[in-house]
Amino acid sequence: MASKFDASATAFPSRRTILKTVGVGAAGLAGIPFLAACTGGSGPSATGSDSSGLTFGSGSSDDVPKRAYQAVTDAFTAKTGKKVTTNVVPHNDFQNKINSYLQGSPDDAFTWFAGYRMQYYAGKGLLAPIDDVWQTIGGNYSDALKKASTGPDGKMYFVPNYNYPWGFFYRKSLWAEKGYQVPETFDALKSLAAKMKADGIIPIGFADKDGWPAMGTFDYLNMRLNGYQFHVDLCAHKESWDQQKVSAVFDTWKALLPFQDPAALGQTWQDAAKALEAKKTGMYLLGSFVTQQFTDPAVLDDIDFFAFPEIAMEGRDAVEAPIDGLLLSKKGGENKAARDFLAFLGTPEAQDAYAKVDNSNIATAKGADTSKFTPLNKKCADTIKGAKYISQFFDRDALPAMANNVMIPALQSFIKDGSVDVKNLEAQAKTLYAAQ
Amino acid sequence: MSSTAQELIPPEAREPAGSRPAKSGRVRRLSGRDKLVLSLMVGIPTLIELALVWLPTLMSVGLSFTRWNGLDLADIRPAGGENYQFISQDYPPFWPAVQHNLLWLLFLALIATPLGLLLAVLLDQNIRGSKIYQSIFFAPVMLSLALIGIIWQLFYQRDNGLLNFLLGTAGTPKAVDWFGDSSVNMWAAMIAATWRHAGYVMLLYLAGLKGVDPSLKEAAAIDGASAVQTFFRVVFPAMRPINIVIVVITIIESLRAFDVVYVINRGTNGLEMLSALVIQNLVGEGQVIGVGSALAVVLLVISLVPIVFYLSRTFGKENQA
Repeated sequence: MASKFDASATAFPSRRTILKTVGVGAAGLAGIPFLAACTGGSGPSATGSDSSGLTFGSGSSDDVPKRAYQAVTDAFTAKTGKKVTTNVVPHNDFQNKINSYLQGSPDDAFTWFAGYRMQYYAGKGLLAPIDDVWQTIGGNYSDALKKASTGPDGKMYFVPNYNYPWGFFYRKSLWAEKGYQVPETFDALKSLAAKMKADGIIPIGFADKDGWPAMGTFDYLNMRLNGYQFHVDLCAHKESWDQQKVSAVFDTWKALLPFQDPAALGQTWQDAAKALEAKKTGMYLLGSFVTQQFTDPAVLDDIDFFAFPEIAMEGRDAVEAPIDGLLLSKKGGENKAARDFLAFLGTPEAQDAYAKVDNSNIATAKGADTSKFTPLNKKCADTIKGAKYISQFFDRDALPAMANNVMIPALQSFIKDGSVDVKNLEAQAKTLYAAQ
Repeated sequence: MSSTAQELIPPEAREPAGSRPAKSGRVRRLSGRDKLVLSLMVGIPTLIELALVWLPTLMSVGLSFTRWNGLDLADIRPAGGENYQFISQDYPPFWPAVQHNLLWLLFLALIATPLGLLLAVLLDQNIRGSKIYQSIFFAPVMLSLALIGIIWQLFYQRDNGLLNFLLGTAGTPKAVDWFGDSSVNMWAAMIAATWRHAGYVMLLYLAGLKGVDPSLKEAAAIDGASAVQTFFRVVFPAMRPINIVIVVITIIESLRAFDVVYVINRGTNGLEMLSALVIQNLVGEGQVIGVGSALAVVLLVISLVPIVFYLSRTFGKENQA
């Protein structure tokens, strides 16, 4: 009996242990609001599956695009009398939380991108097909855009709003002053860059602190050398990374590296845009959104761009022009008003309303108002119109994990020392694509 | 000496003296109400701890042996040890991250922590404005992440940062890109981390120093010990419980080092750290749950070593007493 008492005495926790456990529990409790804050990203949405209105999730959180979408929803409400409740989420959060967003209680319609990034979720059954919408708006779009809006099952999912081409941007006045000519071939580009370097200018502006901008150079070199289809197949991992064609891209790039801004890894694209504005760099390969940085209208007027020069026989018929637009969530597919809203966005009328506020992009619907185009807008639009193939940028055409976890470190280390291990890229790609 | 030091430990860190009689077995029987209250007090926190800490931990361990896209539970497929093989053989940022974590540990242990101790000793000397200095050195601990990013950006910027300006290299091609150059950015980040860590350590040691009995120092002085000897032979050993806390804090801080590198460039380009890799692989669009979980498990196993060491020391001592 006494031994039993002893046992209970040792089992009896000291006051300190109890306090400690209580403390840990309290810390756990304190953690709850944080956890809730982490997961509760979908916001107020669950209402309005009736046809009197719809909810619209927007990742366009910057001031200008935000007001532009506001103009679109206002026009829709004015036209149909249906109410649109917009939930704006900061765009990085929106993109990072898309997985839990689509599985939780997503809005009826939401902003997203064309390409693999859209097809992936369509393939997982998280989006609503909108073939009926495309029957009314199909005539407004070119074949390239229609192809970009199609899911892996052949059904339509996406309504394009605008896109923007990637190209070399430069200041006309600087080029006129120094007598530089627009290069048509890669060799001409290299000799032009050498000339600029001799003139004491950094030939090609470059920024890769954020990791993704360098993918633009990779994509263009890849498409010019190996063609559009190879780009798509490589991004979908139907082609191996461990092959001569991929090595050739990096080898070609190596010839360009000495001309690209050596400070690339420490600056953002905004910094590089400023360097172009200050005429410290001769040209800069980026999307046309670079012009958002040029607030001085005199500078903006002085900006021109040219398409990435020709390298091999693939010519220049592919252009990198990521498309932004709208998707319907699975739940939103049951809401007639949401379908009407997507159909509305596919009209020149809606895209004009958007472009009136945000004019750094090019409306995708045929018949959209081009009278307010600046010469630069017009050139961008013509480039896209003349392209046989439109690619979506590496991080939209490829598996996000491949783009974020593999390509960013690989490209950054390539920029650093000009070496890349394609065998390792293939090994990583194999694991990541297999995990999907 | 050691028994004297025992008496000098601040009461909250001391062994619970009251529990000693209980250990010898003369315990009164607990009433039913006591038992109920006790089991509630122990049970609820335990359940919370299980649900919020150990359940996710075990799930992470489980997921690290699978492939999953994070969407549909039916998509989970077993993968054996492939994720571990992947991170150790095919994932280039992994080994640099391990090295950086170790480097971080050495830097905090050899530079930041001694610096904090030095600050504490200096501020303990009753110099004028001591409170003001304390607040200044402690302020970084309280600042938010975003603010820290901005402050160090201003300091380290290539073209118009303060540091390059002071070096006279601002705006010239010789200007060092402290955050972008992967041969220096880890050191820049560690200095930023030191700035926070030293303030934290300082505060803990200040509390510890206040708890040291002044008569001990007087006795040492009478015995003819110099100030340095007094500190290292008498005061420092007397702060043993604080020292253990600091060691554990330093190790844990270096293992979960995350915020500073994440604000700089999300832990890429020379700033790879295990915790940043876990976030990159587990959260967000680029999520690969299997790989991210495997990284998290590696981090967990490494962190368990000092934690177990610490707990076994504290509890081991308690049982001895």
